[in-house]
Amino acid sequence: MSELTDLGVAAIRDGVRDGTFSAREVAEAFNANVAKAKVLNAFLVETPDHALAAAEVADAARAAGETLKPLAGVPIGMKDLFCTKGVASTAASLILEGFTPPYESTVSGKLWDAGAGMLGKLNMDQFAMGSSNETSAFGNVISPWRRSDGGNAALAPGGSSGGSSAAIAARLCPAATGTDTGGSIRQPAAFVGISGIKPTYGRCSRWGVVAFASSLDQAGPMARDVRDCAIMLEAMAGFDPKDATSLDLPVPKWEAGLSGDLKGKRIGIPKEYRVDNMPAEIDALWQQGIAWAKDAGAEIVEVSLPHTKYALPAYYIIAPAEASSNLARYDGVRYGLRDLPEGAGLQDMYAATRAAGFGPEVKRRIMIGTYVLSAGFYDAYFTQASKVRALIARDFDRAWEHCDLLLTPTAPSAAFALGEKSADPIAMYLNDVFTVPSSLAGLPAMSVPGGLDANDLPLGLQIIGKALDEQGVLNAGLALEERAGFTARAEAWW
Amino acid sequence: MVVSAYTLRGNTGDWEVVVGLEVHAQVTSNAKLFSGAATAFGAEPNTQVSLVDAAMPGMLPVPNRECIRQAVRTGMAIDAVINPWSRFDRKNYFYADLPQGYQISQLYHPLVGEGAIDISLDDKNPDASGKRIGVERIHVEQDAGKLMHDQHPTRSYVDLNRSGVALMEIVSKPDLASPAEAGAYLRKLRSILRYVGSCDGNMEEGSMRADVNVSVRKVGDPELGTRTETKNVNSVRFVMAVVEQEAKRQIEVIEDGGKIVQETRLYDPDRNETRSMRSKEDAHDYRYFPDPDLLPLELDQAFLDECRASLPELPDAKRARYEALGVTPYHAAVLTAEVENARWFDALLDTGTKPVAAANWVTSELFGALNRLGKDIGSSPITPDGAAELLGLVADGTLSGSLAKQVFEIMLETGQGAGTVVEERGLKQTSDTGEIEKVIAEVMAANADKVADYRGGKDKLFGFFVGQTMKAMGGKANPGVVNDLLKTALG
Repeated sequence: MSELTDLGVAAIRDGVRDGTFSAREVAEAFNANVAKAKVLNAFLVETPDHALAAAEVADAARAAGETLKPLAGVPIGMKDLFCTKGVASTAASLILEGFTPPYESTVSGKLWDAGAGMLGKLNMDQFAMGSSNETSAFGNVISPWRRSDGGNAALAPGGSSGGSSAAIAARLCPAATGTDTGGSIRQPAAFVGISGIKPTYGRCSRWGVVAFASSLDQAGPMARDVRDCAIMLEAMAGFDPKDATSLDLPVPKWEAGLSGDLKGKRIGIPKEYRVDNMPAEIDALWQQGIAWAKDAGAEIVEVSLPHTKYALPAYYIIAPAEASSNLARYDGVRYGLRDLPEGAGLQDMYAATRAAGFGPEVKRRIMIGTYVLSAGFYDAYFTQASKVRALIARDFDRAWEHCDLLLTPTAPSAAFALGEKSADPIAMYLNDVFTVPSSLAGLPAMSVPGGLDANDLPLGLQIIGKALDEQGVLNAGLALEERAGFTARAEAWW
Repeated sequence: MVVSAYTLRGNTGDWEVVVGLEVHAQVTSNAKLFSGAATAFGAEPNTQVSLVDAAMPGMLPVPNRECIRQAVRTGMAIDAVINPWSRFDRKNYFYADLPQGYQISQLYHPLVGEGAIDISLDDKNPDASGKRIGVERIHVEQDAGKLMHDQHPTRSYVDLNRSGVALMEIVSKPDLASPAEAGAYLRKLRSILRYVGSCDGNMEEGSMRADVNVSVRKVGDPELGTRTETKNVNSVRFVMAVVEQEAKRQIEVIEDGGKIVQETRLYDPDRNETRSMRSKEDAHDYRYFPDPDLLPLELDQAFLDECRASLPELPDAKRARYEALGVTPYHAAVLTAEVENARWFDALLDTGTKPVAAANWVTSELFGALNRLGKDIGSSPITPDGAAELLGLVADGTLSGSLAKQVFEIMLETGQGAGTVVEERGLKQTSDTGEIEKVIAEVMAANADKVADYRGGKDKLFGFFVGQTMKAMGGKANPGVVNDLLKTALG
């Protein structure tokens, strides 16, 4: 049944509904792939029984002649940032090692309600901080991709949703959840040749999702193609009274609304995204994307987003500031790790627990965040960054006077090797240069695979839309996908 | 406006005191500020804690509309500016009673802006002794949990029942100039909160507590001195004591050549002194920033209108209304100080009872009796209707003042209505001239010498005859009729 694991969400859903195969067969096939792929380190926890139980419910419903739920028979991977009831949820951190929540995040709960089953909890950058999946307390995720240059360098699957991207690319799951704070869905999707969408801020509930930077964090799906992303997002999105930033709006029928026809659409090309030292192949891919968009009927316009160059610095002030506060709750008092040295007082216990429980990147961001919020520096950093954020949002608002969507590369390079950038945080942060502005503005944005670089590694194209226009983003993604005809996949070496 | 006469004499001259109060008032609501957990007082430790209050991973705050509503109504009750756009900020510091590692408060954009509270220092003369105290702001914030250090030899226990309970922080301007003013302000504020129903004002249970900011300066000095903040003072009496003791201490320090350090102090009621308290945060850098889990609070006109419409008549308006009905300023002040008393009195007025008589009777007879019985108005054995019946019997001449007192005592003892008591015990006042004349004749016969004295010019003996007649009639004679008939009989 190995070919079942080549199927995406829509194909599995339709096959189970039509009786082409059973949900149980699907779950067993993916469970088997998960079990074989340990070397990729994509899963932190495997939950084969959860997937099988959901499959049995789907098969029983079909046998009883009932209408199947939207994701009946579809097993998925769950990023470990989502709290899952009764299943260890650590955000890939030591400080939450052994933490098993007695509650289910709203998004994961919605997916189970839609009939999906869980194959396991996916590895990630610790507390979603990282762009390469090297900050996990439980080891790096290895991308299933290899360069075609004959070298066997282990490559980064992107981050922070690196377990999600690797698992989908390696056919360990047809789809997975991701979260995106500054590009954590889009960049890993681009690195492994899959699709992923970060919806408008507030579309998906953050309740039960371990917080990194609250004003930026947004859940979204990662899957093999645009249609599968639409199906997943429909199940994940929706108003949640338990999240005060949740949007009280109905969830559109995105899958039913899919169309790759871009006639009448104006697609903006932001000139400021042509950054210094951009590899020629990234620029070539971008030009190719422009040609595909034209072919789909879109009109191409050049637009300006003048504050783009300030986005990354602003992001690396705001996100750590919020993180430093959000992570204060991990103090060793109520759950998770507690390190109480002999004779230590309360402050010593905090210090020891946090020293032992957080990894270097998390500590770096906590310290940056604490510094930029401190009384003497608040105005110089946080206030200034908040103003820049408002200017960036205004840039987009002005661009929308000239176009409906924006087209850019997703990342400034293809996947790099593990270890290649981990010694240089700034180089690592620069990976988010194209994804961060839309995050600061809370806009929906998607990455779809566009082609391969000289080493036959995937490259992604990004579409950014107006707030709430996920449909426009998905449609443009579909138009590119149809024309790119991206079929490359990582050969199984694991 | 009166100028405070409160000054303290030091070795180097006269000093005045400048006081500001930050009052934390627990909002009356069934649920916490950002979670659905209950808020009842006295529950077993950690039984009123939701996942949100325990700051479990991924938990988010959602504002409780009722808490916001109560704070807005409170602002309206002190004529304050209500900010239709406000925002919650995080105040970050590590402490074990603070599960999130931060408190959600409002620093930059509070819900309620400037307002004022009128106080009076003398109930007997409330208008002439009045002063207006400015209120800087009211913001809403979460309470912290409670740390218990005495339950285990080496461990501290944390009770999160209070963690996340909604507080209003009501910050006065430094307009208070004496212990008496501080006490009057706190009493008046408490009264307003209880009228509005936004806080039960129960200081013993910690529903209301004050941080007292005190500084001193030489009389006439325009500069403010360095202030200290005495935290969590939990009674009006203690607040007044803090002002007095802290002012004296500061003057002594300064006159001895020392300097006042801006610091946090606590009050020890057993020794009646304030003491320096090691701050619970080593550094005073709270790292405030807008809470990214919460959108700014935007209040629409319909909400504000509803808040205003739901406000009851407030103490000052009520006092003015009573005075307009002829009630003395003193009685009006006494009747309006506590909302329960005023409600009871209003219910009595609703029966049609004459205001002045009602006020006299309630403030003297009823309050006196309740005081004696150790009861408050809420547990009064006499209802407003019961009082109306009694006062009605006085007004229509059925009962004299002294008979009414007798009847009231019996009502308190037996719970019977005034009419029933009068019927059963025959305590009715009589105006039967024939009967009274007969008694007068007997009294005059028995006191022939005094009659002669009276007729000889000892006018003062008239009272004696009234007393004797009333006594002989068991107090039931109509005193007016007795007077008239006696005058005729004695010539």
